[in-house]
Amino acid sequence: MGFFLETLFGGLMAGMLYSLIALGFVLIYKASGVFNFAQGAMVLFAALAMARFAEWIPKWLGFDNLIVANLLAFVVAMALMVVLAWVIERLCLSRLVNQEGITLLMATLGISYFLDGLGQTLFGNDIYSINVGMPKEPAMILEGMFEGGLLISKEDLVAALIAAALVLALALFFQKTSTGRALRAVADDHQAAQSIGIPLNRIWVIVWSVAGFAALVAGIIWGSKLGVQFSLSLVALKALPVVILGGLTSVPGAILGGLIIGVGEKLSEIYLGSFFGGGIEIWFAYVLALGFLLVRPQGLFGEKIIDRV
Amino acid sequence: MLYRENGQFKTSYAADQQIFPIAQDRLAIGLLLLVAFVVMPMAGSEYLFRAVLIPFLILALAALGLNILVGYCGQISLGTGAFMAVGAYAAYNFLVRIDGMPLIGAMLLGGLTATVVGVLFGVPSLRIKGLYLAVATLAAQFFTDWAFLRISWFTNNSTSGSVSVAGLNVFGMPIESPVAKYLFCLTVVCVFALAAKNLTRTATGRQWMAIRDMDVAAAVIGIRPVYAKLTAFAVSSFIVGVAGVLWAFVHLGAWEPAAFSIDRSFQLLFMVIIGGLGSIMGAFFGAAFIVVLPIILDQVPHLLGIPLSTATTSHLVHMIFGALIVFFLIVEPHGLAKLWSIGKQKLRLWPFPH
Amino acid sequence: MMNDMPQAVQEQSAARRTGDVVLDLQNISLSFGGVKALTDISFDVREHEIRSIIGPNGAGKSSMLNVINGVYHPQQGRILFRGEERRRMEPHMAAAQGIARTFQNIALFKGMSVLDNIMTGRNLKMKCGLLANALYWGRARKEEIEHRVKVEEVIDFLEIQDIRKTPVGALPYGLQKRVELGRALAAEPSLLLLDEPMAGMNVEEKQDMCRFILDVNDQFGTTIVLIEHDMGVVMDISDRVVVLDYGKKIGDGVPEEVRANEDVIRAYLGTSH
Repeated sequence: MGFFLETLFGGLMAGMLYSLIALGFVLIYKASGVFNFAQGAMVLFAALAMARFAEWIPKWLGFDNLIVANLLAFVVAMALMVVLAWVIERLCLSRLVNQEGITLLMATLGISYFLDGLGQTLFGNDIYSINVGMPKEPAMILEGMFEGGLLISKEDLVAALIAAALVLALALFFQKTSTGRALRAVADDHQAAQSIGIPLNRIWVIVWSVAGFAALVAGIIWGSKLGVQFSLSLVALKALPVVILGGLTSVPGAILGGLIIGVGEKLSEIYLGSFFGGGIEIWFAYVLALGFLLVRPQGLFGEKIIDRV
Repeated sequence: MLYRENGQFKTSYAADQQIFPIAQDRLAIGLLLLVAFVVMPMAGSEYLFRAVLIPFLILALAALGLNILVGYCGQISLGTGAFMAVGAYAAYNFLVRIDGMPLIGAMLLGGLTATVVGVLFGVPSLRIKGLYLAVATLAAQFFTDWAFLRISWFTNNSTSGSVSVAGLNVFGMPIESPVAKYLFCLTVVCVFALAAKNLTRTATGRQWMAIRDMDVAAAVIGIRPVYAKLTAFAVSSFIVGVAGVLWAFVHLGAWEPAAFSIDRSFQLLFMVIIGGLGSIMGAFFGAAFIVVLPIILDQVPHLLGIPLSTATTSHLVHMIFGALIVFFLIVEPHGLAKLWSIGKQKLRLWPFPH
Repeated sequence: MMNDMPQAVQEQSAARRTGDVVLDLQNISLSFGGVKALTDISFDVREHEIRSIIGPNGAGKSSMLNVINGVYHPQQGRILFRGEERRRMEPHMAAAQGIARTFQNIALFKGMSVLDNIMTGRNLKMKCGLLANALYWGRARKEEIEHRVKVEEVIDFLEIQDIRKTPVGALPYGLQKRVELGRALAAEPSLLLLDEPMAGMNVEEKQDMCRFILDVNDQFGTTIVLIEHDMGVVMDISDRVVVLDYGKKIGDGVPEEVRANEDVIRAYLGTSH
């Protein structure tokens, strides 16, 4: 039982991070109908920027304070993500308005390749570390309830809390602020939103910036845990089944989907993995999403798709 | 001789329905085939065959297969590498497990196995569209990556996880020298390109394109979406599977699953986009572009005396491909093939533009 | 516009109404979620007639066509086609039974030429399989050319010879509508559903389209179900008219009856004129 719970916790925490990356997908999809394949590349790009600026800024300015360095690096990296959002909107999205979903998807695949190349050209292609002072040692909890207690990673716990807070903040931002309302209006109908004076271009820059922010936070957390390297870009591919499971347009769906996939992956690896020969984490999420698609194509919380003729 | 079609009147529908209705085009393609089959084998260097022509031909074949699915039928696939892998490993197993299995037989059986798997993963396309299908094909990609790595039966219990084939021959002719490999690939590619062209210009191709352009209208005029989509998946994965066999057997000789990773899938999709969605010729343009560009980027700085590290080159290649994808999607979704036909259109009237 | 149609033609068309019932719709109800699109609608279509469906926007006319050719599945009601009751059917099955149609918003295949678009209409009659087509030899080649001949007849009929190789996306609206009609005709349907074939056309284009519709009806004996907003056209070329309003049937009969129907005048004619 203790072991099961440990696995479950591990899964929930990994799932929270999937949710965070998935949230970026959902935000962009809701506001522009773009299935942003580049979210993973954005995570890598942001994490690389964060890692390298935290290393470079103290050297350039000649001080030695981890917290200040991290803060400055965070600001610079965030600024970079906003610039990126603006450039993507200007050079790419605004020229692809009203195109089909597949075209947009392929365009973001192009953006993703470009970002991977650019990030590694600018920031290098080694493995870099991000040290934002996450606790590294594991902790024992609930020692009274189980024999030997439950061993959980403090780092995961902190990360999950940050992710949860961010998810909540974004949900509030969407529901309560006027920008959030504008975003939802755009999501419902591009043209109608434009006709009541919501500037589509500005909204898209904002959404991509917010997605950039989500990518940066996700990048920092993953990066601090695993080191910043190219494979981060691939971890983000896991967010695809998450959004499929949760429904492309649903913020709660992204969260729940992330948790389900996180937990499912860990549990299946432990309890089914040996049966299949191990390593099934690679495809479990996808096959789960695929099976789900066949039963309920719109996902857990997505809107039902009705074809009109 | 100027490029003109004046005076070439078609007196029958058969003449109008030729692949190359203009005489000059037929001449040009004839010359191209002559160069490819006769001049190249005499003049080409080993490096040219090994590093440029053979990869180009095989990837063009795979891109051709993918283009049938994406460009003609409008069903996106991010799992092409997986279907290449299925073809390669299936053919390998047919070859090593069945005594006396000829290369061509193994190749076709490999293709057929890829067809079966392709259709299987194509079934979700009957219920889901576009973005969702992308995820279904990614599932195929990750699942096969895993299966060929972990299930040792597929690799004939090879301890290293890598498998190899040797002593290939067709009807007793050895496929060992670069020239022989090149000619073998060239023949296979020509046969499949012709078959694909035939499919796309007949009822089958029109069904695919109808589904691509507007599936409800297609159903209303009596095209069964199930049949059209699944045949596209079948034909596409058959060709892709055969390309996988060639890639593994002829180009690599010894390989492991990484040869067919998701990067391969993306690379092929890029070829299709850059070359031209919905064009047989586009697959060749795209493959040529994507095979040749990294080689040029590798060589030119050396010649100019500014050596770039291999890592930098590969990042540059990434950036250029990425930018080009976006560029082509915005400016010319039908890719290089469309630019080519626009050029020809201009040439028809040259030097008088009106 | 076509009020000066010869008396003889009108009489002739009136005589045709005595044909057998080919399509009988009984108590059809259709809803999406909670929204009722059609409520308890019954009417029939007779062999060789031109049957019009009219009604204000949102009255459920297009939904009605979608029910007839299997795009939508009504929750209630029976559909008898040539005397046989239809269970759940998909659009391609309707096509196989000889029902063809055009759409309100043009539904051509934008990436294909006019010729290829009309060739798709022959799809059901082309029997060659994958392998034969891949070889394009013998049977497949012969089949392509045979059907090309048929398609050229349709192209001649609709007078669009000069644009046969043009991609349909590049054509003006009126011609696109004509190509769409061509695609439906290429299937040699026994029942043709036309959804606002003249919407957005100028007077000359409308006249051309009317001529094509009447010719199809006369020459090939095709039964036509027509949705149209132009009352002049409807009253002139229809044999019988059914009137829908808010998903309910409020009138049914020959044009004179419908014109005199109080409900129809109130719901439709009264407001629009």
